[in-house]
Amino acid sequence: MSQRYSSFEPKGTRWLLQRLTAAFLVVVLAFHFMLLHFVNHAADVTFAGTQMRMQTAGYFVTMVAFGLTATFHGVNGVYNALVNQGIDGTAKAVVKYGLVLAGLLLAVQIVRLSLVMAGISL
Amino acid sequence: MSQSYDRGLVEDFGRWTEFSAGMWAWIFHKFTGWVLVGYLFTHIAVLSTAMSGPEVYTSTLQGLESLLIVRFLEVGLLAVAVFHILNGVRLLLVDLGIGLESQDRSFYASLILTGAIVVASVPTFLAGAV
Repeated sequence: MSQRYSSFEPKGTRWLLQRLTAAFLVVVLAFHFMLLHFVNHAADVTFAGTQMRMQTAGYFVTMVAFGLTATFHGVNGVYNALVNQGIDGTAKAVVKYGLVLAGLLLAVQIVRLSLVMAGISL
Repeated sequence: MSQSYDRGLVEDFGRWTEFSAGMWAWIFHKFTGWVLVGYLFTHIAVLSTAMSGPEVYTSTLQGLESLLIVRFLEVGLLAVAVFHILNGVRLLLVDLGIGLESQDRSFYASLILTGAIVVASVPTFLAGAV
């Protein structure tokens, strides 16, 4: 009977993307913390070490995907939280487009930064 | 028969003493989410020192890591991240219809596990700074 109460049913693209990005981020955020605090200590991070990691194709792709999915998940989460608080009308539109702009700027910066870290110039 | 319970608005923080475990889970998830998205923007801003040159990047990160307050803030960030991850897994399972009858217990388990992981990580995070 318990399935009757499941909310896992189509609720729109953003609802599904929030959950799909969550499933990805759970794994990659845990990996990020482990690698940069336990395997390599954060205090020992240097540009040379960062570049060495970012020049590995799999790591580079994972980190770019990590940054972009975190941006979507975070910005969409902020929008959902503010909608839950009851914003509507003009305030809702301002928040929506403000967050879209902030998210796009962050996404662009993440890609630019990743290319610099990997030593790739376009 | 499904039943619904009118617990009132969780957004009405003034009645926090009446909140159930599920409402606390909702609030903690929102709070940790706000902290993490704020940190994401800050983190990228700090890492962007790499665009000013390798030496700037290395000296900025190592300078920050030499501050004891930053180490404690990192422990706080770990606590926030671990709770958001564990509670997020709990929410994904609930969305899939798993563990619906034990949501309170899985929330308490998330809290306890977060505390255990954070306490066990303190020596690693403070190493070299104290």
